[in-house]
Amino acid sequence: MKIAGQPVPHESAHGHATGEALYTDDLAGRFPRLLHAWPVLAPHAHALVTALDAAPALAEPGVAATLTAADVPGEADSGANRHDEPLFPSEVMYHRQPVAWVLGETLEAAQRGAARVSVEWQPLPAVLTIADAIAAGSFHAGPLHLRRGDAAAAMKASPHRLQGELAIGGQEHFYLETQCAIAWLDESGGVVIESSTQHPSETQEVVGRVLGLPRHQVTVECLRMGGAFGGKEVQANPWAAIAALGAWKTRRPVRVRLPRALDMALTGKRHPFLARFEAGFDGEGRLQGAAIALYSDGGWSLDLSEPVMWRAMFHADNAYFLPAVEVAGTVCRTHKTSQTAFRGFGGPQGMLVIEEILDRVARTLSLAPELVRERNFYREGQTTHYGQPVKDAARIATIWRRLQASSGFRERRQEIARFNAAHPHCKRGIAITPVKFGISFTATFFNQAGALVLIYRDGSVQVNHGGTEMGQGLATKVRQIAAESLGLPLQALRMMPARTDKVPNTSATAASASTDLNGAAVADACRQLRARLAPIAGAMLGCPPEAVRFAGGEAFSEGDLVQRVPFAQVVEAAYRQRVALFAQGYYRTPGIHFDQKTGRGEPFHYFAYGAAVAEVEVDGFTGGHRVLRVDILHDVGESLSPLIDRGQVEGGFIQGLGWLTVEELLWDAEGRVATNSASTYKLPAWSELPEVFEVAFLEQAAEPGVICGSKAVGEPPLMLAIAAREAIREAIAAFGVGGVVALDSPATPERIFWAVERGARRAGFRRGRGAGGGSGPRVTLAEVNGLACERFVGSLGGVFEQSPWVAERAWWRRPFGDVDALHAAMRFQVAAATRAEQLALLRAHPDLGARAAMSATSAGEQAGAGLDRLTPDEFARLQRLNARYREKFTFPFILAVKGSTKHDILVALERRLENGVEEEFQEALLQVYRIARFRLEESVT
Amino acid sequence: MRGTSGVLIMKTMQLRLTVNGETRQWTIAPGDLLLDVLRREGCYGVKRGCEKGECGACTVLLDGKPINSCLMFAAQAEGCDILTIEGLAVGDVLDPLQEAFLDHGAVQCGYCTPGMILNAKALLARNPHPSEAEVRETMAGNYCRCTGYLKPVEAVLAAAGRAPAPARSGRKAVKR
Ligand code: FES
Ligand code: FES
Repeated sequence: MKIAGQPVPHESAHGHATGEALYTDDLAGRFPRLLHAWPVLAPHAHALVTALDAAPALAEPGVAATLTAADVPGEADSGANRHDEPLFPSEVMYHRQPVAWVLGETLEAAQRGAARVSVEWQPLPAVLTIADAIAAGSFHAGPLHLRRGDAAAAMKASPHRLQGELAIGGQEHFYLETQCAIAWLDESGGVVIESSTQHPSETQEVVGRVLGLPRHQVTVECLRMGGAFGGKEVQANPWAAIAALGAWKTRRPVRVRLPRALDMALTGKRHPFLARFEAGFDGEGRLQGAAIALYSDGGWSLDLSEPVMWRAMFHADNAYFLPAVEVAGTVCRTHKTSQTAFRGFGGPQGMLVIEEILDRVARTLSLAPELVRERNFYREGQTTHYGQPVKDAARIATIWRRLQASSGFRERRQEIARFNAAHPHCKRGIAITPVKFGISFTATFFNQAGALVLIYRDGSVQVNHGGTEMGQGLATKVRQIAAESLGLPLQALRMMPARTDKVPNTSATAASASTDLNGAAVADACRQLRARLAPIAGAMLGCPPEAVRFAGGEAFSEGDLVQRVPFAQVVEAAYRQRVALFAQGYYRTPGIHFDQKTGRGEPFHYFAYGAAVAEVEVDGFTGGHRVLRVDILHDVGESLSPLIDRGQVEGGFIQGLGWLTVEELLWDAEGRVATNSASTYKLPAWSELPEVFEVAFLEQAAEPGVICGSKAVGEPPLMLAIAAREAIREAIAAFGVGGVVALDSPATPERIFWAVERGARRAGFRRGRGAGGGSGPRVTLAEVNGLACERFVGSLGGVFEQSPWVAERAWWRRPFGDVDALHAAMRFQVAAATRAEQLALLRAHPDLGARAAMSATSAGEQAGAGLDRLTPDEFARLQRLNARYREKFTFPFILAVKGSTKHDILVALERRLENGVEEEFQEALLQVYRIARFRLEESVT
Repeated sequence: MRGTSGVLIMKTMQLRLTVNGETRQWTIAPGDLLLDVLRREGCYGVKRGCEKGECGACTVLLDGKPINSCLMFAAQAEGCDILTIEGLAVGDVLDPLQEAFLDHGAVQCGYCTPGMILNAKALLARNPHPSEAEVRETMAGNYCRCTGYLKPVEAVLAAAGRAPAPARSGRKAVKR
């Protein structure tokens, strides 16, 4: 029976669905005399605290104590890397930064007490944007550098060049469970903290630092988290420290829980970025050289901003070979929340920049973006810009091809061109983008993990490891690994919450690597236990230890299907023979290294690959968009737990879609987070779920050297959502006449609207008039010859009435020497079309004199002929003749009316009524060709 | 609660209601929120997500109707019949919705799950065979940051007996 690789539900799913699964705050009821903590908040983004008197709070009924710097026995700082986060600051560095805390018998009492604390402030100027920070030289770190070759020289030698800027918004984690910690003193003078933290060992370190205690006096446990996404990697620490300090001072249990508005105001977010770039490329869109300068908004303290910037720089290549490149990264210091880890950890921002560059290259050259992307893919044997060989580079192209085929990419592009030609105010776009994401902590020493597996005499097992569960399915996967290894059913194994007294010195549960690390450590422990149990079982079964197999809760000899011993009996026998029934496991990722000074190394154990196709529809009047369909092909290696992995891909994509399209963080001029609730900060909701959502995994993709051959899946799918952003851009482009479409992130309706406006203005036509006909945008013949098919059709699809297929079929005959040649090519397509298509083309023309259902172009031409100024007699005559005509020929009367008077029209109508059916059919087609000729002369110069 | 003079007035009152089929009598303050009281009395499956009626994590059924317990005073529930997630399974037998959420992998961190399941429960009671569009519409008030909603949609439809078995290679949604 194979357990690894099975689609099993989440390890805690039963508890989740019945309400029995407990989170940190659910334990509050277990603590008699629990105190609640509330902060005193700064009303300025930057100010000196010139005086602080907490004593008045104590006069408030129900207030038990206050916490200020004077209460700290150790160091009053919670900064994880640099010690740069004072818990009780004398200079506040962001709006609402806590400067003191009040402990109350109830939360309300603590809040009332906090309101009584008197503080005097001396406000100082605040730096609130990246631009301000650059101007003021306010930086935490950098510039960091990664380089290959001589980018400047390569760009200079390139036939084409471009430069630009891209602003990338941040993102609020909005884990459903907000930050929470409960602390109490244990029986022997130590402190215990229940914390919603991704990194119990670091929380332990910070608490120990604040209380001046050695770490063996501090125990941190994390039951599970109601989501974290990186937001509890280091930012859980200050709240745990305050709870611990409160417990230390009062000798009572203390709870710190941030309500949503405070959580959003006080905790860090995904880093906003500003990118400035320059690129040189050849006529086919191949990048020759690029220079990319990244600036991140780090907020008030360093936090993880430096490794986040490194990861952004590592991913500034995404899936593309950059022959000569220079990437520089600078972390700006602003008076805002301290931006922190968030799923992808800088990778998404780095990737977005190179995708932006390639899209601009494509639009500069009028090439299809997917073609330019594909031409720049890594090939086998190439290395990244930091010198790491790109293992399995061929997978990028394989995934690309398979996904294009399975999603019907090419056919849908044609359909979309038709749709767009027929819809002046609403455009669709489709795009495909790849993902290559490096797996491992880029700080090499974090890539280690420990485990402790305990077997009890009844055969039941406890599994401990250093990873925390935040919904990502780590416990589920590790349990599958252990069950597989010991040959036990899942129920025989209990996954224990992460505790620092079970496994010490753990790394954060982050970087997508937790299954790779902790799973391997648990497997190591299980291997040892199996090796100890095999001789015992062998003796009971009468076979050599090598022949013993464990499966289905039993031991048996390979090849002997009859004789079996229950696992519990083997365990009991082992106990009686004094064999140790517990084991520690350990794992460290082999072969990874990186030197920050030289910017070279192999920081990643492997790369996770994937690609997504997204199709969107954009409303030109509102800038609103809908994601119509998403197709994903992702490389998870050999999926260890398919149900979990699918969930990660789907959830990651939607979270990425939120970041790129609807979630917009705003700070006001005072430095306040203006978006501090779900009513002001738009989250992806049920309506953002694409109408069609197809997810598939790359087959036969087992990754050697990783536990069960599976690949990390937590972060990479988030970046698949870049496809949706590019599809939006494609749709915006369809409103205009080509050229670069600048679009900052997120692509909110507002930004989309203005991008459409800009495109329309550049095209020099008023909104509200359809593109594609004679009165549409004018393009030069050279431009026409350079257009990608879709835009060619977008431009000339209306030349033949409501029949973009004509343009589409003529496109491949580019280049056209002159308008005549273009006209001839289109005319040929009509002549070569089926009778049914020709008839449909004729029938697409409006009825002469009838107002309804006329295209903008036809309406203009007919108005010119004076058909809207008929006398009642003329009108009646026209209607009569027209009706007879329709009856006889079954298509409307068509006359290239330009230059004709109403008299000419009536005469022609009368004359042609005499024609035979086939003769008139051909005559009508001739008229259609003439109309097309007029329209081409108006469209193309 | 504070009186006009600023002096703390600790008034209490008795609240009688039915919770998960059992009659209860609790001592509460008039200003206590239903969310706080339910959690204080041990219904920890009633989750606190935003306390502003925005996220749906605190959803309970009040006389069969889904409400945000963070927006309601406990005192307003006098005489009402409340169902929290703890009361949905009958003994060890899970509700079909709970089963479907498990089978379809519709839970990740699980924090949104109780509210989501209860809202879906009310929907299916009203409309046993909703369309996908109706499910999306009704569930709009339940945010989930983990799943991306695809599997919850599948789970609700499956519980309503409308959807095929858990999708392996993706699924087509009904057009809106
Ligand atoms: S906690 Fe009630 S709706 Fe969010
Ligand atoms: S499963 Fe985490 S919020 Fe829904």
